[in-house]
Amino acid sequence: MIILVIYIAVFVLSFFIVRKGVKSLMHSRADFTSLKTVTFGDESAVRPDRWASVISVVTIFLLWGAFTGSKWVPIHAPGPFVGDSEFTYTVEAADGSRDDATVHARVFKVGEEVEPLEVEPGDGFAKNDSITVGAWRSTLIRVDSNDELTRKDGANVVAIDGQPIAPGGEVHVDAGRIAMTAKGSLNFAPPTGMQMEPIWLPPPEAVVARIGEISKTGYQNFTLWEHLYWSLFRVIVGFALGALVGIPLGYAMGLSDWFRGWFDPIVEFMRPVPPLALIPLVIIWAGIGESGKIILLFLAALWIMTISARAGVSGVAISKVHAAYSLGASKWQLMRHVIVPNSLPEIFTGARVAMGVCWGTVVAAELVAAEKGAGMMIMVASRFQLTDIVIMGIILIGIIGYGIDILMRKAEDWLVPWKGRV
Amino acid sequence: MSTLNIEHLSMRFDLPDGGHVQALQDVSLELNSGELLSVLGPSGCGKTTLLNIVAGFLAPTEGKIVLNGKTVHGPDAERGMVFQQGALFEWMSVRDNVSFGPRMKGQRRAEYAANVDHLLEVVGLRDFKEKSVYELSGGMQQRVALARCLANDPDVILMDEPLGALDALTREKMQGLVLKLWKETGKTIILITHSVEEALLLGERLLVMAPRPGRIHKEYQLPFADMGVGQDLREVKKHPEFNQKREEILSMIWDMEEEIMGRTEEAGA
Repeated sequence: MIILVIYIAVFVLSFFIVRKGVKSLMHSRADFTSLKTVTFGDESAVRPDRWASVISVVTIFLLWGAFTGSKWVPIHAPGPFVGDSEFTYTVEAADGSRDDATVHARVFKVGEEVEPLEVEPGDGFAKNDSITVGAWRSTLIRVDSNDELTRKDGANVVAIDGQPIAPGGEVHVDAGRIAMTAKGSLNFAPPTGMQMEPIWLPPPEAVVARIGEISKTGYQNFTLWEHLYWSLFRVIVGFALGALVGIPLGYAMGLSDWFRGWFDPIVEFMRPVPPLALIPLVIIWAGIGESGKIILLFLAALWIMTISARAGVSGVAISKVHAAYSLGASKWQLMRHVIVPNSLPEIFTGARVAMGVCWGTVVAAELVAAEKGAGMMIMVASRFQLTDIVIMGIILIGIIGYGIDILMRKAEDWLVPWKGRV
Repeated sequence: MSTLNIEHLSMRFDLPDGGHVQALQDVSLELNSGELLSVLGPSGCGKTTLLNIVAGFLAPTEGKIVLNGKTVHGPDAERGMVFQQGALFEWMSVRDNVSFGPRMKGQRRAEYAANVDHLLEVVGLRDFKEKSVYELSGGMQQRVALARCLANDPDVILMDEPLGALDALTREKMQGLVLKLWKETGKTIILITHSVEEALLLGERLLVMAPRPGRIHKEYQLPFADMGVGQDLREVKKHPEFNQKREEILSMIWDMEEEIMGRTEEAGA
């Protein structure tokens, strides 16, 4: 909640600082768009403000760092309490007499060595205790274990730092939160602050360190590059097979009544089935090995490529077909010189979609079952609560997916330069 | 000599609601080699249907087209076509578009290169050979379409409102170009147009068609195309006979449109 408020505040503040402050000092551009007076509602006049993009990305990293106690970020949200604190509990004996004792708590960072404090037992029938507890954790304290009168003797804890407490209740004191179980034990949790525990969200430097470590030593018997390579390999092979079958099938459906009639029901039925829904069936049929993954990706790409090739054929202007025939082209020449090139823009659009779907599907399939691959890596890591590997995997999967899309767009610009210009 | 005979052509489309449209009814026409025929008429008079039948894209329900003694079945390189929107192949350069016909016939580069270069020169696109067609303006694209058609050396050139999408100035220049190409190549040309002025300027013969059913209403023999070859087209337009013919045909088409409107109103009432 606090993070959301900070995020919105940064959004609004940076808007005013950049737009009203920095930009008004800078020399403004005088191109055609900047001279438009009607911009609200004119989509073509909306150009991404690169200042906003930079601040947006920086803000996410700052928030990530600030709320995970990163060393790379100068400001931090209050962290969990670490150090020594104490609270007093009051025991009431069966005869109504009361005695106080102090619990000395030493809160340590999980993973560090810790020695409990040496404390004097004190006087009275309730004796002082010394405990250790990890930051963000809580611990059960059996305060009466060293007392002269215990619960068996009918002595019960009735107050913490003077605040009354009963079984099932809890009190908040300076040292932290103390709850009482139904049976009368105390549960102590020191203040957690506002930072995330590394097991939930590790700081950025931990993720970067993991990338370095895993790219050197690997994870689960395979190096990082092997994991990513296998995921990419499956995508490329599955997509290539899907395109190899789907494009000719789409052409046939675009050119022949019989093919259109025969395959229309199949394609229209299979297209809305999400590839993920096929994972169980594919595992039953082909197991969890490479062939199963490739069959799944083949099916994911097949229908998309079929439909885009079919749309590419139907999209050819009839006047171009007429022109080619009037210039003496045969059916085969029409196919080769008019229909295929004319359908390329549609096929490229389909290929971009198919690659995106395949990449998503391969990660999901690897999450379910795999020996190697980006999805398997994060799945196994999550079982061991290695959140830094999970985050690293997600970032790498995102980067690769984005990279695939950029490459497809570049290929499109190069191979079908007339797209959108006709 | 190539003659084009259009013999008792009728075209009837059945509609899904059980009715039908008589797009053409008993249209007959003989066109001699080297003639330029322009076809005018209000929308729905079947002029595009007529052209599509001559091109071979549609089979008539009755009658036939005979070119050089052979009945037409389907499109062929002997009947070239120029479309309203160019219908160029964007994935090819200007040169490859123009050489498309010869290449489809299996000619080698050496066989067609000289002719293609000459045609590009004639249409004024010599410096644009290597350009992509989507980089050209509408008028230039239409010149590529003309050159592409001529490169195939067809007997008959069919033009379906080839200048309809151009601006007035470009259109005027292109009209001059069409006349020049017609005279230089001696091709038989059928030109469909919406513009009375264009039909008068370019047509050696002019056919006015009437709608519902589509039929030939009136035919003219005109001197303006020959006049236009030698002189400025604007001079031709100042000719008193030109103006008189234009008014006559305009009011003829106007009457037809009125009649259609009247009939639709009756049907509506």
